[in-house]
Amino acid sequence: MKESEELQDVVIRFAGDSGDGMQLTGSQFTSTTAMLGNDIATLPDYPSEIRAPAGSLAGVSAFQVNFSSRDIRTPGDSPNVLVAMNPAALKTNLKDLVEGGILIINEDAFNAQNLAKAGYAANPLDDASLGRYLVYRIPITTLTVSALKDSGISKKEMDRCRNFYALGLMFWLYQRPLDVTVNWIHQKFKKHPEIARANELALQAGYHYGETAEIIKKHYRIAPAKIPAGTYRNITGNEAAALGFLAASTLARTPLFYGSYPITPATDILHELSKHKNFGVLTLQAEDEIAAMGATIGAAFAGDLALTGTSGPGLSLKGEAIGLAVMTELPMVIVDVQRGGPSTGLPTKTEQSDLMQAMYGRHSECPLAVIAPATSADCFDMAIEAFRIAVKFMTPVIYLSDSYLGNGTEPWRIPEFASLPKIEVRHPTDPAAFFPYSRDEKTLSRPWAIPGTPGLEHRLGGLEKQHIQGTVSYDPANHEFMMKLRAEKIARIADDIPLQEIFGKPEGRILVVGWGGTYGAITSAVEEMQKKGHSISSIHIRYLNPFPKNLGDILGRFETVIVPELNLGQLAHLLRAEYLVDVISLSKVQGQPFKIRDIVDGINKIMENKEASSWKERQKARHS
Amino acid sequence: MEGTAKSETQLTRKDFVSTQEVRWCPGCGDYAILAQIQKVMVDLGVRRENYVMISGIGCSSRLPYYVNTFGFHTIHGRAPAIATGVKVANPALSVWVVTGDGDALSIGGNHTLHALRKNVDLKILLFNNRIYGLTKGQYSPTSEFGKKTKSSPMGSVDYPLNPISFAAGAGATFIARTLASDPAHMGMVIEQAGRHHGSAFVEILQNCVIFNDDAFKDSTDRQLRPDNVLQLEQGKPLVFGKERNRGIRLNDLSPEVVTLGNGVGESDLLVHDSRRPNLNYTFLLSGMDHPEFPTPIGIFHQRDNPTLDHMMHAQIAKARQTSGEGDLMKILASGETWTVA
Repeated sequence: MKESEELQDVVIRFAGDSGDGMQLTGSQFTSTTAMLGNDIATLPDYPSEIRAPAGSLAGVSAFQVNFSSRDIRTPGDSPNVLVAMNPAALKTNLKDLVEGGILIINEDAFNAQNLAKAGYAANPLDDASLGRYLVYRIPITTLTVSALKDSGISKKEMDRCRNFYALGLMFWLYQRPLDVTVNWIHQKFKKHPEIARANELALQAGYHYGETAEIIKKHYRIAPAKIPAGTYRNITGNEAAALGFLAASTLARTPLFYGSYPITPATDILHELSKHKNFGVLTLQAEDEIAAMGATIGAAFAGDLALTGTSGPGLSLKGEAIGLAVMTELPMVIVDVQRGGPSTGLPTKTEQSDLMQAMYGRHSECPLAVIAPATSADCFDMAIEAFRIAVKFMTPVIYLSDSYLGNGTEPWRIPEFASLPKIEVRHPTDPAAFFPYSRDEKTLSRPWAIPGTPGLEHRLGGLEKQHIQGTVSYDPANHEFMMKLRAEKIARIADDIPLQEIFGKPEGRILVVGWGGTYGAITSAVEEMQKKGHSISSIHIRYLNPFPKNLGDILGRFETVIVPELNLGQLAHLLRAEYLVDVISLSKVQGQPFKIRDIVDGINKIMENKEASSWKERQKARHS
Repeated sequence: MEGTAKSETQLTRKDFVSTQEVRWCPGCGDYAILAQIQKVMVDLGVRRENYVMISGIGCSSRLPYYVNTFGFHTIHGRAPAIATGVKVANPALSVWVVTGDGDALSIGGNHTLHALRKNVDLKILLFNNRIYGLTKGQYSPTSEFGKKTKSSPMGSVDYPLNPISFAAGAGATFIARTLASDPAHMGMVIEQAGRHHGSAFVEILQNCVIFNDDAFKDSTDRQLRPDNVLQLEQGKPLVFGKERNRGIRLNDLSPEVVTLGNGVGESDLLVHDSRRPNLNYTFLLSGMDHPEFPTPIGIFHQRDNPTLDHMMHAQIAKARQTSGEGDLMKILASGETWTVA
């Protein structure tokens, strides 16, 4: 019997070549771990090239999973365990591994050619450079091939099973059962039973290696987390968003239309919705981003729940058409799964730098609602909320997700149907006193009259509309009135959304304000500082336009307001403009999410500087 | 037109006239086109509330305001995309796109291409006056090479695009050309487009009295027209000319103009058949242009092919047949789940 140790949480990073199947390995480890009842959070990190040159630094693909016996909110700051399938993976990931961490290495891949590609002058396995880690050198490829020698598949195919060998070893090391992955393998390779069998054998061989090999002295246990009762599944933000939009369609009893052009990292939403045609979902792969937006406007005019999805560059292209949607006041949702920019930027990496574009990225005065989910699971709730607002206020709604939320997974408690909100869709049918631009007194929304309704024939368009009648109008006073009316309609959404909640005390020294995918890191950082006795609270804004009504009041109750964002201070800018509060920006733009440490250290540094200088001095320093 | 409900009461042209005052220049060809569209809408017998007129930007694109149906004056070049969304969302609607040479072939070229390629059941009427009128006279993608305009004082150095060849290249399932100056022919062509199942592309040669007067003088002038226009008639040889004594004969793979007589008879001429399954004949016709050839008008090509809107809804029906009506709670709880007590 080997020694067994109880741990509270573990962060594992699987890293290898793009062709090594690390995303698959990571997600299989995650599925099994989630089903054991641990809380989990994951971070896939892969290159934008589908297959960068094998063995190169650019081709390294990684998947990080944090699992715990307590409540966690992020994929973890630094891995405790690094699985490196080749020298390039070791080179790019070693810096993140905690000191004393476990390093599992496929030593077969450490040949002269791969070492050279990774820029190693000497084999790091042969010198003292890995001395600070617990290193397991394992000839994973050789062992996989020898385990599969009777499987009847080619040598090349055997080679490709090595990720399952590594996964099997990890399952042993952290005491996870194999059955979830075994079932998955047989489902996935249904048409190739010999490959399925080989992968299963490799998985088992890896597991047995852990059990029997002398070099591995102990394994670890992580107890289930105490999480609320319910039925759970693992979900990425993009899946959750797609399911939320399906739910909105069911709740509104209105077909869903999804018009989109393929773009990373939003395409998964198109894939997911394309699978659910039996819900009556129409998925249109348009010829370009502009056409996707145009078709979405057309579908909204025709009475569907109209949805489009894209990422930053696509949102730029859609801008003009969104202006038409604002002018014609049609309900629709525009998803932006943000990625690193500007231009093509970092297509597979995360960033929160489209907030200003969502708010203002159109010509003229062009107000619309902007909301942002806070977690991968929240992507579901906010998808329903997006359509609830769009339909009630007859407005386009921009839904700002990001690559971190979209691709990251976390356990999601499957909701009860009865707990979902209602979405009320009304199409007028009575021609008496019908005017296309008449207004609901409370919401200021106009009627959603759809083609095919006798007697309600009317013309929409991008030209300015006469108030009530909706005919073309060049009247100067009417234009000014309509400009203000469109703005007022959006402002009134604030009466229809929840007040901002606060994590921590409602007043105090420091308030940390976040939005979008940074929720986990910010909340964990603030919690850590609260435990150390700091007077610190946080809020996470899910409604960005309009802001919740009590936001200004909350900001005013703290001495210092700090805004961590994965951009150069866009929310900070909006808050300063709206509330005249001297907020301090805490920026990170590396294509990577915040670590908890980034935020704790950032806040501490800001507070030290703040004590050292007055605001006026800082202003002076900034402009000098 | 598939599934489009027929009107129970007999409507008249007046039912399709909106209260908006028409604001085109006096003498503009658009007036005649508008009148024919309204007439055809009556003849097609579709219920008024099921018509949707969608336009982009330009003089022609103001047209939906003047037709008392559902209408949408959208943004420059994007009408085919918006119309695709409308048609796909509700295939019972009869959806028309009104556009111009700049709108459809310059800024919106991509959308026109793909609406035709995907065979969306849209009726696309392209008013071609070979000029940008609403911005007061710049050369368009169909302007003649060397054309002098405000933006090309020394003559345009852009080669023009042939709209019929463009539509054929995109694989359109109905391709036609007509003249705004010939209401009877125009009415016939628009009606045939309206009755076609699939994307119908109609080029309407039209004059701009202000910025490009006599844009198609050879084809519209009463004296010049007979020698310069070839009217395509199904099953009939390609004959034209004041005396009906000239025709089009195939020489190797190229058309040539021949005079009948001296041993050349009608049986030597090409016979018009718009139902030829491939588009080679359409390209042959579309390549004929002044001064060497007469301008062909009429229906160049039509064929039946399933439409995008029809196929998308057929897939939904099939998915429902195979997997049953979507069950939200079942989908939410799909994949690997676990229960925490």
